Amino acid sequence: MERKVIFPGMLLPYALLVPQILIIMVFFYVPAAQALWMSTLLQDPLGLSVQFVGLENFQNVLGDPAYRQTIARTMFFSVAVTVCAMVPAALLALMADRVVRGATPYKTILIIPYAIAPAVAGALWLFLFNPSVGVVSYYMGRLGLNWDPKIDGSHAMWLIIIASAWKQIAYNFVFFLAGLQSIPKSLIEAAQIDGAGPRRLFWTIIFPLLSPTTFFLIVVNFVYAFFETFGVIHAATQGGPGKSTEIMIYKVWYDGFIAQDIGRSAAQSVILMAIVIGLTVLQFRFIERKVHY
Amino acid sequence: MSARAARSHLDQPDILAHVIIWIGILITAFPIWVAFVASTVDNQAIAQAPMPLLPGNLGWQVYSDVLGVGGNNRTVGTPVALMMWNSFVMAMIIAVGKIVISLMSAYAIVFFRVPFRSFIFWMIFVTLMLPVEVRIIPTLKVVTDLGMLNTMAGLTIPLIASATATLLFRQFFLTIPDELVEAAKIDNAGPVKFFFDVVVPLSTTTIAALFVILFIYGWNQYLWPLLITTDQSMTTIVIGITKMIDTSGGPTDWNRVMATAILTLLPPVFVVVLLQKWFVKGLVETEK
Repeated sequence: MERKVIFPGMLLPYALLVPQILIIMVFFYVPAAQALWMSTLLQDPLGLSVQFVGLENFQNVLGDPAYRQTIARTMFFSVAVTVCAMVPAALLALMADRVVRGATPYKTILIIPYAIAPAVAGALWLFLFNPSVGVVSYYMGRLGLNWDPKIDGSHAMWLIIIASAWKQIAYNFVFFLAGLQSIPKSLIEAAQIDGAGPRRLFWTIIFPLLSPTTFFLIVVNFVYAFFETFGVIHAATQGGPGKSTEIMIYKVWYDGFIAQDIGRSAAQSVILMAIVIGLTVLQFRFIERKVHY
Repeated sequence: MSARAARSHLDQPDILAHVIIWIGILITAFPIWVAFVASTVDNQAIAQAPMPLLPGNLGWQVYSDVLGVGGNNRTVGTPVALMMWNSFVMAMIIAVGKIVISLMSAYAIVFFRVPFRSFIFWMIFVTLMLPVEVRIIPTLKVVTDLGMLNTMAGLTIPLIASATATLLFRQFFLTIPDELVEAAKIDNAGPVKFFFDVVVPLSTTTIAALFVILFIYGWNQYLWPLLITTDQSMTTIVIGITKMIDTSGGPTDWNRVMATAILTLLPPVFVVVLLQKWFVKGLVETEK
C-alpha cells in the first residue's frame, strides 16, 4: 500500500530514518550475525584461544540427552501455559460478553495481571506455594496434599506454569473479548430466533468466528511461554530443583553466563532464533487468513 | 423458541456468568491481596501458618522501611525508592524513545519516496522476529565494547531497537487523507510543518495507546537488566525483588518482599487502569 500524494526531497527522509537504522544495525543485525558466528566457534576452558569448529556445537547440543530433555520440558511447559491461560480467558470473555451491567469494573480487574512483571508474578505465587509459610500450600496440606516445589520437580513445574498462566490470562481475555464484541449481535439474535440454544450458538457461530483470534493467541502464548517466562522461573525456582524447571531460554542464559560456555550457548540461541522465526511466519500466515474472513 | 422467549432469555439476570466472573476475579486478586496482607504484618505472623488474611498492625511501616533502607534488615540493601526511580527512568526512556524514533521513521517511509525504501522497510520489519532474549550474549558484547555497561543508555537503547511501533504508525499514516497533504502543499507548508501541525495531533490516540504498552514493557524488563546492571545503584526494582528472596534456604523477610512486590506492580497497574480504553484499543491494533 502506498500514498498517492507525497512530499519531495531526499535529505529529510534519510535524516529521519538514521536513528532507527543506526540502532537496529548496532544492536540487532550485528549481534544477530555474531550469534551465528559464535555458534561455530569453540573456546578452550581458560578462554585463551578460539577455534572454528563448524557445526560441531550444534551436533554437541542436539546430541546431548540433557538438551533434548530441555526441549521436551519446554514443549510441555509451553503447551501447559497456553492451555491454562487460554481456556479460562475464553470462558471469562464469553461470560463478560453476556453480562451487560457492571461489565466495566469486572474487565478492569481482570486485565490487571497484564501489567504485572513476570518476575513479580513468580514471587507472588512462590509465596503462596511456599511449603513453610504459603497460604495455599498450608490448606493443601490440610487436605492431605503435600506440596513442596523446593524438593519435588513436578511441583516446581506446576508452580511456574500457574504463575505464568495467571499473568497471561489477562492478555488473552482482552483479545477474546474484542473478538466476541466484533461478532454482529444481529447474527446471534437471528440464530436465537431460529431456536438455537446456547450450546449450538457457541459451536456453530461463536467458535468459528473466534477461530482466527484463537490461532493467533496460540502463537502469541507460545512465544510468551518460550521467552518472557524467564523472569517467572528466575524468581520462583531458578530452574530447580535439579534441572526440573530449566526451559530453553533459561538454559541459554545459564550456559552462557553461569557456566561460561559461549559456543554452546550461542548454538542454543541460534536454535531459539529458528523457532521464533518459524512461529512468526506461522503467525503471519494466520493473519493473512484473518484478512480473508 | 419464539422471538419473545428469546428476548426474555436475554433479559434474565445471568447468574452463571456472574458466578464465573467472580471466580475469575478471585483468582486474579487473591495473590495480590495475600501479598498486601503480608506486607502489613511482621514475619512471625507470616511464619505461623496459616498467616492472617486481613491486614495487620504494622500499617505502612514495612513500606517506609523498604523504600528507605531496602529489602533486608540483615545486610545493607539498595533502597526500593532508588530502584523504583531506576525502573521509572528506564521505562520512560524506552517508551518515549521508541515513540519518537518510530514516528520519525514511519513518516519518512510513508510520506516520501526515497531509493531503497522497501529495503529499509523490510530491514525494520525483520526485527519483529527476534526478541532481545535470543541474542543476549552478542548484544551484551556490543554494549560492553561500547562501554555502556551499568549505564542508562546501555539499559535502554538496545530495547528501543524493534519495529512494532514503526509498523503501527505506518498503518495509521496510510489512512491520513490525501486532501490534507494537498491542502498543506497549497498553503506552502513543508513536510516539517505538516508533521507537527497535522500528523502528530492526529496520532495522539495511537501515541497514548503505545505509551501504555511500551511503559509496561520497559518497567517489566528482566533478563536484559539482569545482565547489564552489575552495579547496585543501577538495579531496577523487578531485579531487586528477586534478589531479596533467599533461594539458598536462609530466612527471607517475606513482609518486605511482598511490600516491594506491591510497590513494583503499582505503577504499571496504575497506568493500565487509568488509560484502559486506549490500552485495549492499542493492544488489539499493535498485534494485527
